[in-house]
Amino acid sequence: MIGTHQLRLAMGKRTLVDKLDWQVGDGECWSVIGRNGAGKSTLLRTLAGLRQPEAGYVSIDRRALGEWPLQELALKRAFLAQARNDAFSYSVIETVLSARHPYHDNRYWENSDDHQAAIAALAAMEVDHLAARDVRTLSGGERQRVAIAAMLAQDTPLLLLDEPANALDLAHQVSVMSLLSKLCREQRKTVVMVGHDLTLAHSVSSHALLLMGDGRWLAGQVEEVMQPAVLSEYLDHPIETVRHGERTIFIPGSPQ
Amino acid sequence: MHPLSANLRLRAVTVILLLVLLSLASVVAAGMIGSVSIPLADLPGALREFISGQPTSLPGHLLGLRAERAATAFVTGASLSLAGVMMQALLRNPLADPYVLGISSGASVGALAALLFMCAAWMVDAASFAGAVAVSMMLYFLARRDLRGGTAAEGGTALLLLTGVILSAGCIALVTLMLSIAPESRLRTMVFWLIGDLSGSPIRWLPWIVLAGGLAFALRAARSLNVMALHAEAAATLGIRVGALRKGLFFCSGLLTASAVTTAGSIGFVGLIVPHACRFAFGPDHRLLVPSATLIGGAYLVLADTVARTIIAPQQLPAGVVTALVGTPVFLYQLHRLRK
Repeated sequence: MIGTHQLRLAMGKRTLVDKLDWQVGDGECWSVIGRNGAGKSTLLRTLAGLRQPEAGYVSIDRRALGEWPLQELALKRAFLAQARNDAFSYSVIETVLSARHPYHDNRYWENSDDHQAAIAALAAMEVDHLAARDVRTLSGGERQRVAIAAMLAQDTPLLLLDEPANALDLAHQVSVMSLLSKLCREQRKTVVMVGHDLTLAHSVSSHALLLMGDGRWLAGQVEEVMQPAVLSEYLDHPIETVRHGERTIFIPGSPQ
Repeated sequence: MHPLSANLRLRAVTVILLLVLLSLASVVAAGMIGSVSIPLADLPGALREFISGQPTSLPGHLLGLRAERAATAFVTGASLSLAGVMMQALLRNPLADPYVLGISSGASVGALAALLFMCAAWMVDAASFAGAVAVSMMLYFLARRDLRGGTAAEGGTALLLLTGVILSAGCIALVTLMLSIAPESRLRTMVFWLIGDLSGSPIRWLPWIVLAGGLAFALRAARSLNVMALHAEAAATLGIRVGALRKGLFFCSGLLTASAVTTAGSIGFVGLIVPHACRFAFGPDHRLLVPSATLIGGAYLVLADTVARTIIAPQQLPAGVVTALVGTPVFLYQLHRLRK
């Protein structure tokens, strides 16, 4: 689906990621894990094509990102930014409808199919009752769910999400995450997301990419990569795990 | 068809039709009202004479003269309002107006310099246009980063906005300098030009062509404008060429502002409150906002100019005074309602 080739990302003089050779297959659900400033968002923005890498390149379906026309790319991948600032008082439904933009260049008004897709996406995120509300009056969590609904309405095979669980309450964190893993399993969509909740990431992801923030990285299946010893090194804090039935719970060690 | 889609379209068509009627009505009203008003009974005859192009009676002549002035007011107001919508979308700031980047201040420097040296009227126009173009070019080169094309449009338009504000401040200093050294005899025309005045501005085709071009661009880009207004830089992930769109908005709004300011001086507030009021009344969707703001902007300036030339007749006020006097309280009221 998406891959990187000898990718190097840097901020100023600091190298964040170096020589990243990474392949993401169809139907895989990846979590990108690392400390603050380790380059997780930078990597995601680079994958989305919003930023040029310092070296190497990103390819989608074995075609370099730069060779894709923007319009076609918009049908291929959706991107959820970490933060939003709403300057104008668009309604929730308008926000979601705008994500249908890449589907028709020649239409002036949206059509019924767009409205159906938008309403279905709002229902999936349990925000359909907010459809007529001004986005600037929503709470942080509601706004986040509307943004994810817009992504769903874009209906792309690849989803790039920067902290999708941000600002969500516990119940919605779980429901959003399980929806994402369901999309991977049932519709063979590909998800790459950044998150800080290790337990949640472990329960929904099939793969994980760990970033050290100094160029080092580690990619693989969740079972191999999300080991307490490895995570402790990458997060610079002791991590312990507890088995609870089928699930693995990650606990940060207490400071000495 | 989904009921939502049908409703949206019906609403847009109704609003636009009503606004077209309002615009025509404002021009007719401007033709009737004045120091010698045309009674309603004489209107059909005068209109017929006006349309045939051979006015014979007094009402016919009056209507012709006033309609010309009203047409100039309309194109100026419509251009300013459309430029305001574009500038607000470009800067993603509902408080921006066509003058915020200093393009009009550049025009003022040019025009006042020409007035100071007692140039002919066409040279004043040419100088003001040249001033606007000069500031636009400087802005473009200083803030290229924000207007860069390509796929990866990083960051917002903060550099563009700050550069514009600084250039504007510089131009205003030059304007003040010229006003302070100008001889008494020329001061009045210079001040009138600054406030914005429609008296004596001849009818011209160029502003109409610029307006038509700007409107065509804005309507074509209306969907993209919505996406950019909503998603900022992430609009690129929805297939919008953010850099190219920003450039287009910058040039179109600059050209519209330059054309309006050259025609009638820097009339304030139209480009700020009309887009604002339209957004408040019809929502922020640019597909409806662009045509409605253009029509209302035109009608608003026609009516403001009618008030300006009649309220203390035979003396005439500059139209910019009326737009500002009406605009300030309306804007403050809106702002407070929004913040509540």
